[in-house]
Amino acid sequence: MKGKPLKAVKVSFDPERCKGCGYCSFVCPKHVIGFSENFNSRGFHYAFLNDPEKCIGCGFCALMCPDIAIRIEVINKD
Amino acid sequence: MGEKLLMTGNEACGEAAIRAGCRFFFAYPITPQNELLEYMARRLPEVNGVFLQSESELAAISMVYGASAAGKRVMTASSACGIALMQEGISYLAASQLPCVIVDVTRAGPGLGRIAPSQSDYRQATRGGGDGDYNVIVLGPASVQEMADLTFLAFDLADKYRNPVMILADGMLGQMMEPVILPDPLNLDKLPMKPWALTGAKNRRRNLILAAPYTDEELIALNEELNRKYRAIKAREQLWENIYMEDAEIVVVAFGTSSRIATEAVENARREGIKVGMIRPVSLWPFPEKAFKGMDTSVKVYLVVEMNNGQMIEDVLLSVPDKSIVYHVGKGGGWRPTPRLIYEEIIKLWRRRLTI
Amino acid sequence: MKRFTRPRSMTDEMVPYCPGCGHGIAIRLIGEAIDELGIQGETIGIAPVGCAVRSWRLYRIDMMQAPHGRGPAVATGLKRALPEKIIFSYQGDGDSAAIGLAELIHAALRCEKITVFMVNNAIYGATGGQMAPTTLIGQYSTSYPEGRDPGLVGYPVKMAELIANVSRNSYSARVAVNNAKNVLSAKKAIVKAFRTQLNKLGFSFVEILSPCPTGWKMTPVESLNWIEKEMIPEYPLGEYSTPKNL
Repeated sequence: MKGKPLKAVKVSFDPERCKGCGYCSFVCPKHVIGFSENFNSRGFHYAFLNDPEKCIGCGFCALMCPDIAIRIEVINKD
Repeated sequence: MGEKLLMTGNEACGEAAIRAGCRFFFAYPITPQNELLEYMARRLPEVNGVFLQSESELAAISMVYGASAAGKRVMTASSACGIALMQEGISYLAASQLPCVIVDVTRAGPGLGRIAPSQSDYRQATRGGGDGDYNVIVLGPASVQEMADLTFLAFDLADKYRNPVMILADGMLGQMMEPVILPDPLNLDKLPMKPWALTGAKNRRRNLILAAPYTDEELIALNEELNRKYRAIKAREQLWENIYMEDAEIVVVAFGTSSRIATEAVENARREGIKVGMIRPVSLWPFPEKAFKGMDTSVKVYLVVEMNNGQMIEDVLLSVPDKSIVYHVGKGGGWRPTPRLIYEEIIKLWRRRLTI
Repeated sequence: MKRFTRPRSMTDEMVPYCPGCGHGIAIRLIGEAIDELGIQGETIGIAPVGCAVRSWRLYRIDMMQAPHGRGPAVATGLKRALPEKIIFSYQGDGDSAAIGLAELIHAALRCEKITVFMVNNAIYGATGGQMAPTTLIGQYSTSYPEGRDPGLVGYPVKMAELIANVSRNSYSARVAVNNAKNVLSAKKAIVKAFRTQLNKLGFSFVEILSPCPTGWKMTPVESLNWIEKEMIPEYPLGEYSTPKNL
C-alpha cells in the first residue's frame, strides 16, 4: 500500500558524525531527508528526517551512509 | 653444550636460528646466501616450521614483518643489493618496534656487483639503512662458531629490545667450513612472552602495530622513545675482543673476515717484537666505543683494515682519543687483504711511530 | 527489535575520510561481515599506505600497518604464523594494482588463505588526485590533466579478472557501493570472501568500486552517478571466480 510504513521504525541521525554528503537523501525513495541550515561543529550541514511520517524504514539511507551516522531501530509490533 | 661438528657458516647460522626458536624463514635466493636458504628449506619442515621462498626481497621482509607481528621468532637472509631492497621493511620493523633477525652474507657492490666476499655493507647495516632515524643492532661474526653464537644471541637481543638485529657476514664466512659447537636448543614454551603480538582480540582490547602514528606529536614521541632505546643499547650491548692490547703502541682495528687476516699479521709482527695489538669490534652497531675510550694515551697510531673503501674508519675516528692518527688499508669491489700486506703496513707504521 | 547500527567490531571513532568517500561504506561492510560471521576475536587486519591506512582506527580488532603495496606479503607472514586466524588486507587501487601488484599477484598465485579488499576509486586519493592504474581513459587526474591517454600510459587494469585468472580455486568479485542494491551485493561478496578463507579454500579478493568526490572534483552525488555511467561499463560487476565447495 502506497505511503504506508513497511515496518515500525525509528531512524536517528547523528548530526556530529554527518558530513553532509547527501547520499542518504539521494537514495531515499520517499524524499524525506533534508539538510540543516545550521552547521555542526565540523562545519557541515547535517542531514535530518524532515518528514518522519512518510519514512517507510527501507534503510537505504543507513546502507549508503559513509560516516555510520544513521541508526535504525525496527520495532516489531506484532 | 653439544658435540663438535664441521659445518659451513651459512649452515651454522641456520641451525643456531632454529635452536634459538626461529620457526619462520622468508627469503629470496641470492649468492652467496643460498646455502642458508636451502638449509632452512630442508630443516624447518622437520621442526614444524615454515620456510617460504618469496617473490622478492621486498616481499620477504614484509612476510617477516607479518610473522614478527604475530609474535614469532623469524629470520630472513640476503646479500648486499638484496638487503638494499629490504631497507623499506627494516625501517617499518624498526618504527613498529618489532624483533627479527636479518642475515647479510655480503657480496661486493655497488649495484649488482659480484659475489666475492666484501665488507662494503658496513654503512648500509650500521647507519639504519632506510628512511628515518633508527638503528638496527649489527653483529659481525669472524668464524663459523660466531656465525652460530651471534645468531643465537641475535634472537635474544631482538626480543629484549623489540628491534631488528642484523648479522653482517660475507661469502667467506658463509661458505667456509670450520668445527663448531652449537648452542643447546631453547624450549619454545620458555621464549619471552609477547603481550603486544597480534593474535586476535579475543577477550582483550585490540593490539595495534603501527609504523606511523596518527599525529605529528605522536611521531615525535615515538622517535624520542626509539632514541632512548638506542641509547640504552649503546650503553649495554657493546661487544669487542682485545688481542695483544696490554702493551700495544700500534692498534689494528678490523672486524669479520678482515680481522681473521689481520690477526695473522699481528701475530707475525709480535714475533718480531713489534708492540702491535688489535681491537676486533663484534657489535658493529652499537660500535664498541668503550674499547677506545679507556685507551692508554701512549697509543697514538691506529690501522683500520677493511674489505671496502673505508667505512668503519668513520666510527673509529669518532671513538679514538684526541690526537690519535688513524690509517686505513682497504679496497672495495671484492678485494681481500693478505696477512703479508697488513704485516708490511704494520712494519711501516712501527718504523715511523716516533716521528708520527 | 532489529537494529541497523554501527557494527560491534568497529570503534566509535569518526570516519576519517572526506565527505562522500566510499571508504566509509566499504569499511563498515567489512565490519558488518565480521560481526555476521562472529570472527571479531579471530580476525587481524592490515592497513597499508594510502587513504586505506586510516582504516586501523575504525576496527575493534588487532590491526597493523604495512609498507606501501606489501599488504599481501605481510598478510602471508601473519597467516603462515597464525593459520587459524582470519587475515585481511584493506588496500587502495594504487597500493594493490601499482606499487604492490607483485605482492598481490604472488599471494594469489600461492593461493594464500588470505583476503584482500581493493577499493577502486580510479585515482590516487591520499596524494591529491594523480593517475592510478585504474584511471579511466580520458579521466582527469593531476598528473595527466588532459585525461588518461592510452597511447602514453596504457589502459585501465581489470583486477578482479586478473586475480580470477591467476589464482586456483579463488574467490574474486567486483562490487560497487554507489547505490543501496549494490551495497547489499557488496556485503554478500565480502562475506563470501571471508567464508573462502574460513573454509581454507583459497585466496579471496573483492574489488570495490567506490566514489572519491575530492579526487574526481565532483559533488558526492555526482560521483555516485559517475560510477554508474562511467565506471561500471568499464569495470563490470560480478563474481569472476568462486571456489568449489563454497
